[in-house]
Amino acid sequence: MQIYLPIAEVSVNMFVLLGLGGLVGMLSGIFGVGGGFLMTPILIMIGIPPAVAVATEANQIVASSFSGVLAHFKRKTVDIKMGLILMLGGLAGATLGVQIFKYLKSIGQVELLVTLSYVIFLGLVGSMMFIESLNAIRRTNKPGAKAKKKKHTWIHGLPFKTRFRTSGLYISVIPPILVGVAVGILAAIMGVGGGFIMVPAMIYMLGMPTKVVVGTSLFQIIFVTAYTTLSHATQNFTVDAILALLLILGGVIGAQIGTRIGVKLKAEQLRILLAGMVLLMCGKLALDLLLMPGELFSIGAGGH
Amino acid sequence: MLRIIIAAITMIASPLMAQESVVVDLSQNRVEITATYSGSDIFVFGAVKREAPLPEGTGPLDVAIVIEGPLETVTVRKKEKKLGIWVNSEAVEVHEAPSFFTIATTRPLEDMLNEGDRRDYAIGMDFAVRPQGSTETDIETFAEAVTRIREADGLYSQREGLINLTDDILFEADILLPANLVEGDYTVRVYLVRDKNIVADTALDITVRKAGLEVWLYDLSRNSPLIYGLLSLLVALVAGYGASEIFRRLKR
Repeated sequence: MQIYLPIAEVSVNMFVLLGLGGLVGMLSGIFGVGGGFLMTPILIMIGIPPAVAVATEANQIVASSFSGVLAHFKRKTVDIKMGLILMLGGLAGATLGVQIFKYLKSIGQVELLVTLSYVIFLGLVGSMMFIESLNAIRRTNKPGAKAKKKKHTWIHGLPFKTRFRTSGLYISVIPPILVGVAVGILAAIMGVGGGFIMVPAMIYMLGMPTKVVVGTSLFQIIFVTAYTTLSHATQNFTVDAILALLLILGGVIGAQIGTRIGVKLKAEQLRILLAGMVLLMCGKLALDLLLMPGELFSIGAGGH
Repeated sequence: MLRIIIAAITMIASPLMAQESVVVDLSQNRVEITATYSGSDIFVFGAVKREAPLPEGTGPLDVAIVIEGPLETVTVRKKEKKLGIWVNSEAVEVHEAPSFFTIATTRPLEDMLNEGDRRDYAIGMDFAVRPQGSTETDIETFAEAVTRIREADGLYSQREGLINLTDDILFEADILLPANLVEGDYTVRVYLVRDKNIVADTALDITVRKAGLEVWLYDLSRNSPLIYGLLSLLVALVAGYGASEIFRRLKR
């Protein structure tokens, strides 16, 4: 059944959107990533204008993250204190990111920079996680192998230390704020929640236990994407409520299923699967840049 | 004085001009884009009015119908390979690009109408985009790209033989407006053609507007963006909570 989207001004199949929402929602529930890095490029591929895709996707991530985080709250796998500190950094980063985005737009080539940052970050994060999880799986398969001891790094020498009880950490608030800012900037530029960067940053940089990483990441993403949605709605008028509603309906159901699948998988399996998906999307976008496109021309709305 | 002379010359040059005229109507002159809008059929029908019998040896009648959406300015970008990757390089503004353009005819267009009239009246895919007054040197290439891309999107089309003509008097055509239609004022132009020349023409308007929920959401997003944004967030949170609750109950 076709449905006309009032802001995007295109007509699309309702079930395609529901299905896409469900699929991406399920992945987001399993991995604790918003799924924006998958959904935004897919929406653009099916003909939604990029500006609308980015803004509406932010709104959808709010719903799927909220739905996902509720399940994590019940299992007490959300570090609220850590989430709030990450959020502070995230809001600052998103504000900065919107300004950077505007500047890039004014000098042109914003599309290229978005794609390039996708390829670079998805590539880096994906390969890092892939190698790390392979090593972890190899370690657990070898009986008697010792688990790595927690290293004492420069992070532990920073001031403003505080205890994160849920994560079992006693570290400075500076690294989480910096992680939040960095993710916020990237989220605004790339039009995603930023979970695919935050999850590994939490594991590898902050040393958080894997079981609280997903819930805490979802918790923080809700606030940053809600802020992004409002910014887009008031400044660019590009949030499509009908598109969002359809993606949300599919997404929240998918996220619930995904969260339950996620509990049954081992952390290493989870990470290697996510790494594979990140690398796949990275490869697809890289090919778009490298291969000659079928149509060299594209139409943009309005004048310069 | 000059005008009279021109009129006189025109009458001599094409004596049919004064003898035939065309009367047209549409099944609807208003298209409402609602949430479930999935395209609509516009039934164009008309008749030829003759003041006097046609002279001997007059060629057969042909009809062409052009439906055109609002004209807009678009930025067309061309990709180029730089440092091994494909990036947008050249950007050209193309003016007077209709958002929608379709032609229906009784016969293949080139067989029934001369090129001059096709150009002057913008009848034909090659005249859909009319980038007049541009200083760009390769504007034609970019204009052709607009036509090509929109043809692939189903927004531009040419349907030869779609018009049914009965006894050289009555004609009718069922023209499909696609689902990805944009708001605005559309024009329907109808041309009568004999011996490769246009002998009569007329034009009608179709208004395409969003309606119902669509127009309410659109207006809200433009007039009170903050409320619209908050409403979108509320929907997201309620949906997220609702799904979580439903699944919790199902599990019990």
